[in-house]
Amino acid sequence: METIAQREAEIIEEFSFFDDWMDKYEHLIALGKELPALSASLKVESNQIKGCQSQVWLHATLEDGGIRFEADADAIITRGMIALLLRPVQGQPPSAVAAFEFGFLDPLGLTAHLSPTRANGLLSMVKQIRLYGVAFQAKRG
Amino acid sequence: MNLSDIRAHFPILRREVHGRPLVYLDNAATTQKPQAVMDALVDYYGGYNSNVHRGVHQLSQEATDAFEKVRLQLQAHVNAAHSHEIIFTKGTTDSLNLVAHGFRSMLSKGDEILVTQLEHHSNLVPWQMLAQHSGATLKYVSMDGQGALNMEDFHAQLTAKTKILAFNHISNALGTINPVKAMAAAAHALGAVVVVDGAQALPHSAIDVQDLDVDFYAGSAHKMYGPTGIGLLYGKTSWLEKLPPYQGGGEMIAEVAMEKSSYAGLPHKFEAGTPNIAGVIGWGAAIQWMHSVGMDQIEAHEHELLQYGTALLEAIPGVKIYGKAPKKAAVLSFNVAGLHPYDVGTLLDQMGIAVRTGQHCTQPIMDEFGIPGTIRASLAAYTSKEDLDALARALEKAIALLS
Repeated sequence: METIAQREAEIIEEFSFFDDWMDKYEHLIALGKELPALSASLKVESNQIKGCQSQVWLHATLEDGGIRFEADADAIITRGMIALLLRPVQGQPPSAVAAFEFGFLDPLGLTAHLSPTRANGLLSMVKQIRLYGVAFQAKRG
Repeated sequence: MNLSDIRAHFPILRREVHGRPLVYLDNAATTQKPQAVMDALVDYYGGYNSNVHRGVHQLSQEATDAFEKVRLQLQAHVNAAHSHEIIFTKGTTDSLNLVAHGFRSMLSKGDEILVTQLEHHSNLVPWQMLAQHSGATLKYVSMDGQGALNMEDFHAQLTAKTKILAFNHISNALGTINPVKAMAAAAHALGAVVVVDGAQALPHSAIDVQDLDVDFYAGSAHKMYGPTGIGLLYGKTSWLEKLPPYQGGGEMIAEVAMEKSSYAGLPHKFEAGTPNIAGVIGWGAAIQWMHSVGMDQIEAHEHELLQYGTALLEAIPGVKIYGKAPKKAAVLSFNVAGLHPYDVGTLLDQMGIAVRTGQHCTQPIMDEFGIPGTIRASLAAYTSKEDLDALARALEKAIALLS
C-alpha cells in the first residue's frame, strides 16, 4: 500500500495541471459528485459534525489494521473536500493517521477551506480523523 | 453627490479579491468606511488622544468636546428629546443586553415577553436569558410566507400580560421593514415597554424615535459606515432612570464609599469605564458623511437598486428570493433550486463577490422556510448597478459549474 506521503504527492501532481481556479473547482465539484453517499444508518447525529454553513458526517472502523473512513456532507464543494481529505488517510494504520498534518492543502491553495471562519465542518472533521487515529491506536494497545 | 463621487470616498472599493475587482455585497454584516472616518481616527490618536471627562488639561478637554459632540449629532440624527437619552455601548448586542439585564428585577412569573420570528439571535437570546432568570414567558409573533410579520397573530399575542415587546425595525435576513409606529402604539395601549433593534434600519433611512414613540432603540456604528466596537442605546429618560446600572466601574458613579456608591446621572450611569473614544469620534465623521450624501438620497438609491437587483436575480432560472414583504429594505436573500448556499457562496467568492451565506444568525427564519440557509446580497449607499450585474453574471457561472 502507498504511504500517506506518496498519496499526498499524487494529489499535488494531479492539481498542478489546473491553470485557474475554475478548473480546480470543477475538479473539486466532480470529486464531490463521485463521493459515495453515506448510508442512512450511518447518517446519524452521533456521526454528525455541525457547521454553521454546511453539515458533515464522519464514520470510521478499523479493518485489517487500517482505518476505513466514510463521510458525507450536504454541500457539494464540502463533499469534494472530504474526498480529497480522506484520500491520503484511507486504510492507513492508526499511528500514521494520528500524526498526519494535511499539509498538502497548502500547495493546492485550498487551506482556506479549513479556516474556522468558514464554519463548514471540515476543520472539525480533520480533528476528528486524527482523533480516530489516536483512539484506534490506543485500542490496539 | 453622484455615485462615482460616493464610491471615491471608499478606498477599499479599489482593491481586488482573487485577482478580480472587489464587489462588496455584505453590507448588512458591516459597511465599508469612508476616508473621512479613517481620517478622524488618525486625527484623534495623532492630535488629541487622551481620556474623556477626566483631566483638566487641554487634550482631555478637546477629546471630551469631540466625544460629546457626537452624542449631540446622534441625538439630532435619531431626533431624541435629550442628549442624555443617547447611551454609548459596544454595539446593538450590548445595547439589547443592557436593557434585558435591567429588567431582571422588574419581571416575574406570569409576565410575558413578546418577540418575533424575524429576530436576529442578538434580539432573541438576551430575552431568553431574561425569561429564564425572571420566570417570565417568551412568546413569538409568527411571519407569513413573504417574510412579513403576521399582524393578526401580533394582536392576538399582545395582551395585558405582555411586559416587553422586542422586535427589529428591519430584518437582517430578509429585509422586511416592520410597522414600528403601529406596533409601538398597540403595545403602549396595553402598558408594554417597546424595545427596537434598529441595527439594519439606521444605515438606510432617517430615524425619528419620538415619532416612532419607542422606549428603546439600539444600533451599531459599524453598519452605518463607522468603526466597529461602538453602538448606541436610545432610551426614554423615564425608562433610563428606572433601569439599574448594567456594569460598575469608573465614571458611572457620583460618590463611592467602601460599602455602597451612589450612581451618576444619565447618560454616565450606563457608561462605566473608559469608553471607545476613537470609535465615537469616528462615528461622528460617519454620520456627517451620511448627511453630506443625504439620508433621503441613500434610501432612494438603495430602493432603486433593490428593484433592479430583484429583477436581475429573478430572471435567472432556479433563483428563489426569500423575503418579499411589501415594505422591504435593500437585502436580497436567495437560493438556487437544487444547490447548497455554501457551494454558491464559495464560487461567488472566487469571482470577487462578497456575499454572506448561511443562517444569518436567524435560525428560526430558516427553520420556517425549511432551508439550511440563504445567499444574501445586501446593499449600501455605494452599491452600483454594475455590482449587481457582476453578481448576476457570477451567479450564472456558479450555477453552470455546479449543475
